[in-house]
Order: sequence, then structure tokens, then C-alpha cells
Amino acid sequence: MSELVSIADRIVAAAAPGEQVEAFVARGGETEIRVYEGQIEHYVSAQSEGIGVRIIRDGRTGFAYAGALTDAEEVLAEARSNVEFSTVDEWAGLAVDDGVETTRLELWNEMLAETAADDKIALALELERLSASFDDRVRVDDANYVDMYGESAVATTTGIRRSGRENGCYLSVSTLANQDGETQTGFGFSVGRSLGDLDAERAGRDASDRATRLLGATKPASGRLTVVFDPLVTAQFLAILASTLNGEAVVKGRSLFRDRLDSEIASPMFGLIDDPTDARAYSASEVDGEGLATRRNELIRDGVLQQFVHSSYSARRAGTTSTANAVRGGFASTPGVGALALQPVPGTRPQAEIISGIDHGLLVQSVSGIHSGVNAISGDFSTGAAGLMIRGGEVAEPVREFTIASTLQKMLVDVIEVGADLEWLPMRAAGVTLVIDDVTLSGA
Amino acid sequence: MIDHDIVERVLSSATRTGAEFAELYAEDKRSTSASLDDGRIEQVNTGRDRGVGIRVIAGDTTGYAYTADLSEPGLLAAAEAAAAAARGGGGGARIVSLTGDGRPTRPPVGRVPDEISKAAKVELLQRIDEAARSVGPEIVQVAAGYGDSRKRVLVANTDGLLAGDEQVRVLLRVSAVADGDTGMQTGFQSMGHTTGWEIFDTVDVTALAREASRQAITKLSARPAPSGTLPVVIEHGSGGVLFHEACGHGLEADLVAKGASVYAGQSGQLVASPLVTLVDDGTMPGEWGTLGIDDEGHSTQRNVLIQDGVLTDYMYDHIRSRREGRAPSGNGRRQSYQHLPMVRMTNTFVLDGTDDPADIVAATDHGVYVAKLGGGSVNTATGDFVFGMTEAYLIENGRITSPLRDGNLTGNGPQVLRDIDMLGNDFAMGGPGTCGKDGQGVPVGDGQPTLRVAALTVGGTAA
Repeated sequence: MSELVSIADRIVAAAAPGEQVEAFVARGGETEIRVYEGQIEHYVSAQSEGIGVRIIRDGRTGFAYAGALTDAEEVLAEARSNVEFSTVDEWAGLAVDDGVETTRLELWNEMLAETAADDKIALALELERLSASFDDRVRVDDANYVDMYGESAVATTTGIRRSGRENGCYLSVSTLANQDGETQTGFGFSVGRSLGDLDAERAGRDASDRATRLLGATKPASGRLTVVFDPLVTAQFLAILASTLNGEAVVKGRSLFRDRLDSEIASPMFGLIDDPTDARAYSASEVDGEGLATRRNELIRDGVLQQFVHSSYSARRAGTTSTANAVRGGFASTPGVGALALQPVPGTRPQAEIISGIDHGLLVQSVSGIHSGVNAISGDFSTGAAGLMIRGGEVAEPVREFTIASTLQKMLVDVIEVGADLEWLPMRAAGVTLVIDDVTLSGA
Repeated sequence: MIDHDIVERVLSSATRTGAEFAELYAEDKRSTSASLDDGRIEQVNTGRDRGVGIRVIAGDTTGYAYTADLSEPGLLAAAEAAAAAARGGGGGARIVSLTGDGRPTRPPVGRVPDEISKAAKVELLQRIDEAARSVGPEIVQVAAGYGDSRKRVLVANTDGLLAGDEQVRVLLRVSAVADGDTGMQTGFQSMGHTTGWEIFDTVDVTALAREASRQAITKLSARPAPSGTLPVVIEHGSGGVLFHEACGHGLEADLVAKGASVYAGQSGQLVASPLVTLVDDGTMPGEWGTLGIDDEGHSTQRNVLIQDGVLTDYMYDHIRSRREGRAPSGNGRRQSYQHLPMVRMTNTFVLDGTDDPADIVAATDHGVYVAKLGGGSVNTATGDFVFGMTEAYLIENGRITSPLRDGNLTGNGPQVLRDIDMLGNDFAMGGPGTCGKDGQGVPVGDGQPTLRVAALTVGGTAA
């Protein structure tokens, strides 16, 4: 760790007069074990490292990176040589420490770091065995154990100097269910900070249930109806919604909610918070991509838009302060803006109780093509889906090969209930059961 | 990149625990990108990635390790880690004797982009910005990006293979936002080639920019797409992704072998309309999915996958071809040295039919005309796929009429292949794509003539 900080310090110390310099130095590694039919199919053991340097001079920005810690001088020189080609931007600048206190989080688990390879392999094999054990129509396509660690340091000429490390692990499994010549697929996962957190049985049962539940699925009739999003689907929906609350999209005129601050954009039942200081979130972190202390930001309260998420750049341009939402994809790029750890405000009733009150609806178990069928700038929403019809308050026949469509604007207003089942997921958003009225189903 | 004696010693060491196969993949990639947004060149970014991945196969188990440390001790440590992970049955190290010189076998590109000034690259973006904004006052925002890369690759394995390639790519993308009474709309265009800077002598980048703006402005008057099952006509060069998703992935031998493809066991059978001949060809000069060698060191080639509707072959990588006792097909690819290779497509396309494209529209009473498709995805085990339409129109009484808002199309691969009932004679390749599989992205190309699918589900909201 101190090695990374000292590399960052050395780069920053080499700043020329009039230059703002930011050095981001990172190192990480992962183990990936895939098993198939009781054998290890592959075992990947890997390490990577790199340096990214951003230089701002007279409002112009240059950046360079290299995937090796030994190349600091070359990267600095390259970044410097890239500065002159950009356009002067009066808002360009690095973050400056704003005094917000850091919420301490336990993101490193020494036990995981010391876990023997054989224990990881055994867990992957156990996951495969369990996944196929619940139903004899189910076999396992692949079962995986993955762990990773990362450490990084960021330092700037504006006084930022941070470092940290984290590790984590997960299980994932894909299943195939066969019956009468038909195949359906399912998946399951479990995420944790040590092997003890991982629940192979639950991951396997989810994967088995998701696949078998869809056996016999047909293409449903087209029409408008109430849809119930499973928590995982809601989390994907929230990730797209978040792109409309992105301060950079707002200042560049690309957000459809850019003029709607303090106005009602959603049903009064709907609330949304971005809180990377909540240790329960998979993407919890102490600092953002620019090294500012993360904080809890309420984005939508009782349907009213409270604020957008900002980095120091988008905030400066919008005439506000950073919400510590700079997002860095790694050492190879400059930070962008985005939500870090979304959580919807949960309601009071469990999913089963909610479904019991719906006469004609659809429980959406999975969506596909959400990246291709949703336009977050126009708001058009259309995605492939699979799930179960709801009839007379009960979950009924499985359906597949159809789309559901509406617009983001309308869906937010059409939220009629939020479930109590807040679920932490391996992504930048938590999920919850979400009920949306008047969605168009396109099928037969 | 690495001395051949060292490569031989590393491979020999990797088989020390008795593995039957070991491979070294080395890459050294330099890239430059520039981004323009909101009228400003935001930044120029240069990067370097280099490293080595070592793969060891013992029985059905693959061990893989990679490192950015290219010294002999660094490589030997990675070989050790990969060998330990694969855990062979014991026995001594294999003596490895490489043949060949590891130099690229295809001619170099015209003008290597790293030798072009950054100022010229930035100027390209400024011209794009100006051209896109010139289309109309409705255009309120333009973003454009330029990227080039030069990747040197060296692959060696214990079969004695030693092969190299130099992969040069240039990419340009532009997106425009139009604003009007109905809200904002977007247009997007891109071009990508495995050529040098000379591509800009023949391609008019300002036309690309104007096209993106035209798309966005056209959609300001779009109505919601229909909801339901309709005939869909797909313009040439815009719908290759249909075949990529509807059957390409399902013809990858790794998925076939696990029974995770609807096309498993269908070789020699009629799986598509007899109009359809589908080819995957990694050798097409200049195309986005083109490579000299695949990422396992085998020459890319032209593989006919479906001939006149009959499934003729799957695509293979080293592991699958070895298990099935056949020659590799040049489809073993990986995102980078940090990734294991697997079966991937290169440039995948449908050959020309005989219909005049105008006749295809004229023969359609009520349907949807798709002028541009976005990305898509498929569940290979069920064949169900989706892809987004980003420029589409209604067809009424054999004529193209109102523009439609964005939406997804969905269908089932085997069914859609059978439902292709008209195929044009105007073949064109489409824009550059990135294909994702198992968390890895690789550049791919696609193409097709204008065609009609008799029935596809259109995921709009209009009755």
C-alpha cells in the first residue's frame, strides 16, 4: 500500500509550476474458479497494476495511463504532452478536499486474503452439486467461485491524498432445466467479504427455481397491465434511472429531468437514496473517484427530485458543490459522474402480499436487452422479459419472448407500490419489489 | 517482444507438472483516444498495456495466470501459477521447440496511427462537431470520440506454434441530441476499421456526423412504435446483429458442447430459410472483426456456418477442436492478455439474395422498416433474443411512412431464421460492434442485405 502512495506522491511532486496533477495508482488481483461436471474447468489466478495521470494547465486537460507501476515517468510525460490538444474549459480542475468527514468502513477481510485455494475449489464444487440437487430436470451450465482484491492511492496537487484497499468474493451459477425437449435457463449468486458469507445453497436453489419456473413458458398476448419487478430487475431499472440524475448529463443538457429539481417526477411512494457509506452496499466505499469522502445523498424524496449527483467538475459547472459522486473505472480513464450505491426507500409489504392484491398482472423475473432498448435521453423504455403471469392474486403460468414498454417518465409516476424486501445485490444499486401500473406488454 | 529462448523455457516450465499443453500469449498495445463533447475537446488520452497470459491444460482442467512483468523471472512465476492451477498428473517437463519467426504474416497497414499527429486527430473531431451542428437548430448537443490502437501479439505453444500479428484499429463515433416539442431524441453513427489512418482518405467523416444529426431530428416527429407481432424489413448493413444474436452465438462450439445452444446436434439439418447462407470470416480486409491470427495463434479463415439454410459447421477454439479431433477454425479469441480465450465470432454476415430491396418494402402491406439497429443479446439455450431499433419507420401499404420512437424487437432465433421470406441483393457490412461473452468484449463485424422477417415482436407501446 505505502508503495502505491509513494508512487502517487512522486508523480504529484513532479508537477511543473501552473500545473494541477492527479496521480491514481492501483493494483489488484483475482481468482476465478469454474467447475463443470465435478472437475475444475479453469482456474485463473491473476494480478494487474497501473498508473493514470491527469494534468490540468490553463483550463486544458491531458491524461495518460500505463498498465505497469514502473512506467510513472513515461505516463507523466505523455499526460503533459496531451494537455495542449484539449480546449480551454473554465470549469476544468481537480477536486479540493471539502472537509467532509470520512465514514470508516471495513472493506478488507484478512480471512479471505488467507483462504487456501482448496477451500475455494471445494466451495465451487459444492455449489455445482447443490444447484443440481433440488430438481432432477436441472443441470449446471457453469458454477463459479470468484474473489478479488484491489488497492489504490490517489494524490493531487490540490491536497487530496488517499489510499485504501478492499476485497470480496462471490459465487455464481447458471443452470439449464430440460423437459419434453424444451430448455429454460436460470442463474443464482451469493456475494460476501469472506467464504463464510457465501450461501451456496441459496444461490443453487435460486438458479434451480428460476429455470424450472419457466418450463412450459409461452408467448403471452399483447396488452397493458400492472407489472411487478423482482428486486434484481428493479436494481437494473434504477441503474438506468440514475443516468438521468447524473450531474454531467444535466450540465450538458442530456438529462430529461434537467429542469425538474424540486418538482414531483415520481409517485409519492417512491424514494431513492445514493449512499456509499452504508456498509451493507456491495459498492460501499469511503472515497469517490476523485478522493473526496463519500456521503449519503437523497435524490428523490416522496416523489420529489431533491438533487443530482455531481463530481467536482459537474458541480463547479452547475454552480453547486460535489456530492462526491466521481466514478473511476480504473487507472485507464479519468473519473466520470454516477451514482455509487443506490437504495430505494422500501415500503411495508412483502412481495407475496403485494401479488395477492393484483388481479391481472405480470411478475418480471428477468429482463434482457435493457442496454439496447432503453434510451435514457428520450426516456423510451422497452426491454425483453421473462416471468410469470399474475391472475386473481396468484402467480400463474410462465411467459417468455415478449417485451415490456413504457417511458421512464411515465413509469416513475405509475409506481403504485414499493415492497419491503430491500435486497443488496452485486451492483451499484440495491433492489426491491417495485409495482408499476399501465405497462405495455408486446407478445403474440 | 520476448526472446524466443525465453519463451521456450517458460513453456517447458509450464508443463513441469505433467500438463499436456501450455501456451504463452503476449501483447503490447498502445492506444490513443480523444473525446469531444459540448463543443470542447475534453481530453486526449494515451495508454500502454502490455503483458503475458500463460495457459496450461491438463486433462479437462485449464490453469491460467497473467502478468505485466515481462522479465524471465516474472514469466516463470506466472507459468508456475498456471501450472499449479492446472495440476497435471505428474511427469517431466516437455522440451519445447518453436517453429516460425513469430512475425506478422499479413501486410502492414498504410499509415500507422501513432505516427499521425494528435492535432490531426483532434481536428477530425472538430470537423465532426461542426458538421453535426450544421444540420439544424434542433441539434442541441454533440459528442464525438476518436480512438486508435496498435497491438502487437505473439502466441507460442508446446505444439511448437509460434505466430505473431500486428493489429491496428481506428474508430470514430458521433452522437447527436435533438430537442423539440416532444422532448429529446438521439442519433448515433460510428465507423471502425482494421486499417491505418488512410481510411480517412476515402471516408467522409462529416457525412457520418450529418447522418447522426439527421437521425435525431427525424425522431423528433416519431410516434410510439407499435406493440405486437408484425413483418419487419431490415435495411442492408444495419441488421447483421440479428444473425449475430439469433444464431451466431448458438453456433459457438463451447456452448454447443455443453448443450447450452438450441443448435446442438443440428449439423446437416435445415435450420433456416433456404435463402440464408451465413458466413463468419476473420480475413476480410479492413473490417472491424478482422485478425491475421486468432488469439491462439491460428490463421483466421472464412467459415461457412449455414449454406442455403442447412447448418454446415460450428465455430471452434483450441480446446473444442482438440476434443473433437478437428482443425481449429480461427475463432479462439480473448479481450486481452488478462483473459482466457474462448470461441468467438469475427465478421459474421449473410450473403446476398436476389430480391430488389425496393420490392421488399413494396411487398409489405403493414409492418416496420428498421433503418438502424442498436445492440442486442441472446439466451443461447432458449434462442430468445432482443435487439434495439434506433431508427425505424412504419410501413403502410408498401410504403415507408412515419418515423418510430426507439424500442426493442424480440424473437426466437430458430424461428426467425425460418421466417426470413425475402432477401435483397444489396449486401453491405454494418458499423463496428463489440461482442460481449462471459464478461469479455471483442471487436466484431456484421453485415447483410436488406431482408424481411415475416413475423417479429415489436416492443413499442402503440396499439
